[in-house]
Amino acid sequence: MSRVLSFDADTCVGCHICEEVCSDTWFKTTDRELSSIRIHEERREDELVLRAVYCVQCGECIAVCPVMALSQDRRGIVRLRKQLCVGCLSCVGFCPYLAMFYHASQTEPFKCVACGRCAEECPAEALAVVEVETPRAPGLQV
Amino acid sequence: MSTSRTILAEYTYTPSPVERGYAGQTLYINLSDHTIVAKPVTELMKEKFIGGRGFGLWLLWHGVRDHTRWNDPENEIVVSSGPCGGITQYPGSGKSLVVSISPLTDVVIDSNVGGHFGPLLKFAGWDALEIQGKAKQDVVIVIDAPAGRITVEEAPDIPVDTYLVGKWLLEEFAPAEEERYFISSISSGRGAEHTRWGCLNFSLYDRRRKEFRFKQAGRGGIGTVFRDKRIKAVVVKSLPVKGDSNHPADPERVARAGIRLHKEIHDHDDQQCRMRRRGTSYLVQIMNDYDLLPVHNFRLGSHPEAHRINGDVWEARFTQGLPDGCWYGCTLSCSHTSDNYTVRTGPYRGHTVNVDGPEYETIAGVGSNCGIFDPDAILELNFYCDAYGIDTISFGTGVAFVMECYEAGILDSEKTGGLELRFGNAEAAIELLHQMGRGEGFGCIVGQGVRRMKEYFAREYGADRAFLQDIGMEAKGLEYSEYVCKESLAQQGGYGLTNKGPQHDEAWLIFMDMVSNLLPTFEDKAEALHYFPMWRTWFGLCGFCKLPWNDIVPPDNKYSDEPAKIPAHVQNYVDLFAGVTGREVTREDLITMSEAVYNFQRVFNIRLGYGLREHDNVPYRSQGPVTIEEYLSRAERYDKQLEQLLGLNPQEMSVEEKLAALRKYREEQYERLKDAVYARRGWTRNGVPTPETLRRLGIDFPEVLAVVQKHL
Repeated sequence: MSRVLSFDADTCVGCHICEEVCSDTWFKTTDRELSSIRIHEERREDELVLRAVYCVQCGECIAVCPVMALSQDRRGIVRLRKQLCVGCLSCVGFCPYLAMFYHASQTEPFKCVACGRCAEECPAEALAVVEVETPRAPGLQV
Repeated sequence: MSTSRTILAEYTYTPSPVERGYAGQTLYINLSDHTIVAKPVTELMKEKFIGGRGFGLWLLWHGVRDHTRWNDPENEIVVSSGPCGGITQYPGSGKSLVVSISPLTDVVIDSNVGGHFGPLLKFAGWDALEIQGKAKQDVVIVIDAPAGRITVEEAPDIPVDTYLVGKWLLEEFAPAEEERYFISSISSGRGAEHTRWGCLNFSLYDRRRKEFRFKQAGRGGIGTVFRDKRIKAVVVKSLPVKGDSNHPADPERVARAGIRLHKEIHDHDDQQCRMRRRGTSYLVQIMNDYDLLPVHNFRLGSHPEAHRINGDVWEARFTQGLPDGCWYGCTLSCSHTSDNYTVRTGPYRGHTVNVDGPEYETIAGVGSNCGIFDPDAILELNFYCDAYGIDTISFGTGVAFVMECYEAGILDSEKTGGLELRFGNAEAAIELLHQMGRGEGFGCIVGQGVRRMKEYFAREYGADRAFLQDIGMEAKGLEYSEYVCKESLAQQGGYGLTNKGPQHDEAWLIFMDMVSNLLPTFEDKAEALHYFPMWRTWFGLCGFCKLPWNDIVPPDNKYSDEPAKIPAHVQNYVDLFAGVTGREVTREDLITMSEAVYNFQRVFNIRLGYGLREHDNVPYRSQGPVTIEEYLSRAERYDKQLEQLLGLNPQEMSVEEKLAALRKYREEQYERLKDAVYARRGWTRNGVPTPETLRRLGIDFPEVLAVVQKHL
């Protein structure tokens, strides 16, 4: 079982509060580029499409890390040990969901660890932390 | 196994932090008088020589005299990575360049190598390591940055063979796992003591396999110089490496380029070269398909059994799914390993080992070129070449030459001490290698290299000198690397018109020339033999590997203005260089940087008594068919050329006449190519860089001008 964030695009109102909460929780700033969840708004014909990008804890990044700084904890959460990381960003380029992030202010990459702070603050209750058998792509809904 | 080590020389220092890719000083160690000093890196060095091979050439130039030979004490071994060496974000950014005067060529050799040593040397506070002099007894050099201490120590009990050096490092320097991360070594082996083919092994600690692995600075016999100086190992311990250890001027620019390439490799490698699965072994099939795979001493370019040693075979042997880069962050990961191979001969018989590779050059060299298509035999030869410190390329090309001499009757089992060195006899090749390790028998003659074997076979056995010259695949004294270039005039120049000898790291133009026909005129070929050698030289100035430039390409590359140059990747390198050093450059500037260093190296060769037009000659085997058998094997192709290019009627000619006519034509073509290339490079017809060229490149130092003026 993996502890993982889930996203309900039907209820999401696109307020982006989750991004601010995440960035504030981990980096003490409200910069969307430092958030480990990103809500993308795309217009398709007349409709607004909301899409969330965050780590689904699939663990594919673990194999590309040359220094074994990435590993899955007992709850299935993929964690980065910063003291081992050499900042090569291989994991950023190899994440199938583009959910390993880089920011110019950081030497090491960062990702969602399903802490749930964004879900607690989400006014639309579109986010939750759940347990899943197998990782799946982040939510996408028209 | 704890070894006692008496300290002969000691130096204490505080490692200076790296700024914009430079530590700001180089380390000089003299093994004769035990001098250890720090030398400043000047602005001139940074501006004109950049780093890596450039620093090596600059330091060596000032260390040697005009008549210095490889085994004189003043010869040096210089190791340097370069300003971009040690960045972790871009694949292929951990190379070291080693420069010395070669025992094979008597001129400057430069050899590039992966492994962790070069970057860790910089993160220990040194942009280059310059070793001069000769020790009286075997020594080990230890550069210990955390302790701020450098020592030269007596090393009577330390192993010589690299295979054992790895175990010694673990026990002696890093009993605890985390102590191993930022240590690297240079070592060689017994074979380097008994041949001129000695290579250097640069280590990297593999955190998953939990052992030291090795990459080779193979070309030109620098391992032989290393053992002649009586060095058993050089060990560096650096400060811990982090993503910003190289302190680039613009880290984000570097990181963005890195992420772009990681993503490209992730998305496209499986559809392109499959480097992540099979490394350079993917080339075997392609070369065989295009008649470019050397078979039987470069006589042929393909073989029905080549499928037994192609990429599919090695993909099954290589452990899959590991991040097998030779420096952090190389997601192209070509540095694969055949794990759990049980050695079946020699002193390490019965040991279960992880053989590094094999890579394409080794497969083609000790394999197809020697008529050996048995993967286990290739692994055995690869393992022992590395363990004994012998270059697999020179070994392969050299043994292929011996095998042809054997089959031609120049050699027999009496002369070889009982070894039936026919093509395909893997056991004989393996025994020859063990003889090189032990320093006995016919192996010691072979290990002198093709150039010296030619002289020896003619003198001792009365062999036909002209035939030996034709089939002995060396130029400038260096054995050819493993591509058949008979049908590509541009690549004949790519091998012959080089500084160090016939190694493909200057230019690989066969497809552009022969397959795509993009270089129809002499001017086109000359332009390619200007651009590509300069471009590839640039990697070795900065600490980069060539492979991530063109062994992965953006899918839209074919729509670019010059697909062969891969413009999007060239732009990545502009971003990386500027991002690290803070020096804004254009794509064209990169070529000019290399030109300065390349011309300096040409002048260096002239200074040492070589480097002129006559030294750019190549054996005819590299240009066309030497024997009747070779002609007949591709008769249709050659007959057509006689008709179309020379207006001859092959039906009315004997094979001997056809061979002679083709040869005359091809040799003339090569001389015309020399003229065109020299003109494009700004050299005289004798291959000497003109004073105007040296001035344009800003290397018109009085001592440099003085060398060329004697030849104008």
